[in-house]
Amino acid sequence: MRHFAVELEELNQAILEMGALVESSIHCSVQALVDRDERMARRVIEDEVRINQMELDIDARVTRLLALNQPVAGDLRLLIIALKINTDLERMGDLAVNIAERAISLSKAPAVKPLIDTPRMASLVEDMLHRSLDAFVKRDAVLAAKVLPADDEVDSLRDRIYSELLELMQNSPNVVPHAIHLMFVARNLERIADHTTNIAEDVIFLVRGVDVRHHATEQKF
Amino acid sequence: MTTVTPTMFTPAPPANESKPQEHSEIKIRTEDLSFYYGSFKALHEITLEILERRITALIGPSGCGKSTFLRALNRISETIRNTHIEGRITLDDADILKMDVTALRRRVGMVFQRPNPFPKSIFDNVAYGVRVNGLGDRGSLKEIVERSLHRAALWDEVKDKLHHSALELSGGQQQRLCIARALAIDPEVLLLDEPCSALDPIATAKIEDLLFNLKDQCTIVIVTHNMQQAARVADFTGFFLMGRLIEFDRTEVMFKKPSKKETEDYITGRFG
Repeated sequence: MRHFAVELEELNQAILEMGALVESSIHCSVQALVDRDERMARRVIEDEVRINQMELDIDARVTRLLALNQPVAGDLRLLIIALKINTDLERMGDLAVNIAERAISLSKAPAVKPLIDTPRMASLVEDMLHRSLDAFVKRDAVLAAKVLPADDEVDSLRDRIYSELLELMQNSPNVVPHAIHLMFVARNLERIADHTTNIAEDVIFLVRGVDVRHHATEQKF
Repeated sequence: MTTVTPTMFTPAPPANESKPQEHSEIKIRTEDLSFYYGSFKALHEITLEILERRITALIGPSGCGKSTFLRALNRISETIRNTHIEGRITLDDADILKMDVTALRRRVGMVFQRPNPFPKSIFDNVAYGVRVNGLGDRGSLKEIVERSLHRAALWDEVKDKLHHSALELSGGQQQRLCIARALAIDPEVLLLDEPCSALDPIATAKIEDLLFNLKDQCTIVIVTHNMQQAARVADFTGFFLMGRLIEFDRTEVMFKKPSKKETEDYITGRFG
């Protein structure tokens, strides 16, 4: 195998490794919230340092590969989306940390309501990320395209959580600080879903060479 | 039969692609062109359209037939013994195989891989084609030489030594001199067979700039081993493999998302 191909494969692996860590951070941040587990939340916060380091490493790899190899076609598309997926994963890591910080704050006060929609939303988002990364591994545009509609489901869950919390706050103003944390958790999960959608769109670009963002190219899958 | 049509003839490119190509006429068309060295079939039924005032690059590994194809376009290939052509080549819809060969080569000029100036002065090199074709009187000859050297982006470097030997020039200058010599008789088509392979990056960049400037005036077909060069200069790129035209499309499409696996493997260096 040519050296360049070996380096591309290493880059591929580095992205997947980062993806796995981000996936785990998202899962643990919500689990920490549900279980009121401060230790688990702190682990998510500690892992952010590793995620940031991975981001720097992937950026450096891509910059070097672009500078030294003048890639074209599939190789070029891979390097372009590697930079984008890298940014999306790092942002998701930040959002997971934000959820973990709120989980710590919430764990210090009594719960105001059982959490039902938030874990459901989280598992939907985790599933989206998992499928996006799977589509990336398999270079499967059809699989990637199937991730996109799930974003609407996440949005409607967020709306439901917002109205539920709003009602709670109107009825008992003393829960406002707690409810605001939960609103931000829903908001963060929704943002994570958006980044996941970006990854799925990037995979479609990688495989098909077409840009489907903002309906730029109407294409059937 | 290998029939490859660039996408610009089919649907318009998507809105997010580069700006749509404006309309251009077909300058050269080959139809089922096959070429034989003795019994060896070097080109297999190539059907290809070269657009007027565009740069078309031909790429492919050594021995793929791209130079053979290029040389067939002004019938230089006929000078090799025991070869023959099947199929049709037209220039502005006229069959070139039925044309007077000198008239054809006046319209379709050629620049080779290694600069091949004549052992004469710079002036005489450029004037050569004009004189043998009886095209210019003494007064206009000077103007033709100056204009051709300007067009070949060489004038400023040689204007004070037009009567020095062409062999004193550097490799890059000699190559531009050969281009000036080809341009002196105002060809409609310029064929270039790896014109930069013997040149350094600075001389290469000068030739590439020159090609950009020339394409307003003539149709250019360039064979190159340097894929980045094809990507930089060409409007259209054709990929040849084992005597067949595998893919032909707008250069941007060829280098962003070629449709044939063989093309992808070759341009990304995974060939073989």
